[in-house]
Amino acid sequence: MSAIRLAGARTLFRKEVLRFWKVAFQTIGAPVLTAVLYLLVFGHTLANHVKVYGQVDYVAFLIPGLVMMSVLQNAFANASSSLIQSKITGNLVFLLVTPLSHWAWFVAYVGAAIVRGLAVGLGVMIVTVWFAPPGLEAPWWILIFAVLGAGLMGALGLIAGLWAEKFDQMAAFQNFIVMPLTFLSGVFYSVHSLPPLWLAVSHANPFFYMIDGFRHGFFGVSDVSPWISLGIVGVAFVAVSGVALELLRRGYKIRH
Amino acid sequence: MPQIPAISFQNVSKTYRGGQVRALDGVSFDIEPGEFFGLLGPNGAGKTSLISILAGLSRASGGSVKVLGHDVVDDYAAARKALGIVPQELVFDPFFSVRETLRIQAGYFGVHGVDDWIDELLSSLGLADKANANMRQLSGGMKRRVLVAQALVHRPPVIVLDEPTAGVDVELRQTLWQFIARLNREGHAVLLTTHYLEEAEALCGRIAMLKQGRIVALDRTSSLLSGRASTMLRFKTDHALPESVAGQARVTGRIAQIKAHDAAEVESILATLRGAGCAIEDLEIGRADLEDVFLEIMNGAVQ
Repeated sequence: MSAIRLAGARTLFRKEVLRFWKVAFQTIGAPVLTAVLYLLVFGHTLANHVKVYGQVDYVAFLIPGLVMMSVLQNAFANASSSLIQSKITGNLVFLLVTPLSHWAWFVAYVGAAIVRGLAVGLGVMIVTVWFAPPGLEAPWWILIFAVLGAGLMGALGLIAGLWAEKFDQMAAFQNFIVMPLTFLSGVFYSVHSLPPLWLAVSHANPFFYMIDGFRHGFFGVSDVSPWISLGIVGVAFVAVSGVALELLRRGYKIRH
Repeated sequence: MPQIPAISFQNVSKTYRGGQVRALDGVSFDIEPGEFFGLLGPNGAGKTSLISILAGLSRASGGSVKVLGHDVVDDYAAARKALGIVPQELVFDPFFSVRETLRIQAGYFGVHGVDDWIDELLSSLGLADKANANMRQLSGGMKRRVLVAQALVHRPPVIVLDEPTAGVDVELRQTLWQFIARLNREGHAVLLTTHYLEEAEALCGRIAMLKQGRIVALDRTSSLLSGRASTMLRFKTDHALPESVAGQARVTGRIAQIKAHDAAEVESILATLRGAGCAIEDLEIGRADLEDVFLEIMNGAVQ
């Protein structure tokens, strides 16, 4: 078995962070604005009609969901868009000729995806927290789920970036897989308000556990135990990472 | 003890589409340390396939490639550290300045704190005043020079240039070749593929010619030229050439070139032209150059 060689990974990680930081208006500012618009529309229309978990104000409930949704979508976007852009413009060759191992690629791309996800999540948090401050019952769960969820989505973004050959394939992956799974994961509602069939379907959606566990950190209550969520998200992370690492090792669609 | 070759190709083959297309067919040759080696061949001969396998951009279907004794698959990290590749395509990362691009590329190889070397590269390649310009602001020729700098920034002992002067103006080409020739004098091995045969003739100590995935000639440049030491007759004419001469002539616009083996044959060709009333001007008699050798080999090589 080849050793896990990480030489050069720090440079690639820094480059990937710089890449989005240089266009932060688009990569951080825009998703923060989108989340605020969701909050204004849904929060305003539903605030007086819904209470969640019996006592939690709807706007306060919505905020962690929006934060986590932004973390997940942006972590995915960072890894996937960077890879597909490099593939299509051809500058991936600069990486392909280096001695970087597949582990180094993985750590750098997923690491930068986590940073982007957390940066956007923090931005959404800072802007929305004034509308209705959610609690801070168990901060460790917040951090664990944010990092693990962003890592999982970064690894998924890597897979999508390797697989897609055109921008519209990437858009399909994002719009037909990532978007429905995030929207139907309980960002905007507690899954316990759903009829039994859709409750069962939600429980098969790994995104649900990322958001539910993350939310537990704020309110101390959630639809399922955070330990169960951690187990499921952890297993999903390992599985998706395993696939991403194997594709990188083989040079799937990047070394012919 | 024999020296370890800078690059060693052993029976390399590459097939595409389940074996239907054979891009390389048992290519074997070594490039010695410190050598300036030319790889020539028409489009589609397999030059880029060979370079891609060497660089790790693609994988051989058979055979092996080693860089300073390191296999490009089993020991890829050591092999790639020893290699500096200037890719054929004019690619760049639009997010970064020239200096950032070079620092990042060095960092991938675990090389840090190389600003002095970066400055030297930039000034040798005429880019000193562009260090902080964004890659997008550079002209095509400048981007090409940055590609060269990127290939050299980790100080590789073996340099591979895949058609580096395509689209580069004459002055720039001179700057580039002076610099590469200097690196070669300092001990770097250089593998060059080019369409400009006069460059290969001027720079390369040895040359291999590829056709349809096979090596059809491999020799010292001087031997390739002297082995076929024919004389070349060049002149301009507005007339159609007589039939007996037209068959051996290469005509480009008004300029005709005809190969002759000795003075008597020159005399006989000129007599034929005179006899046919074919007025000629600007007559030159010279030795065959690499282009003549190239065409002769390509036309006569295995089909």
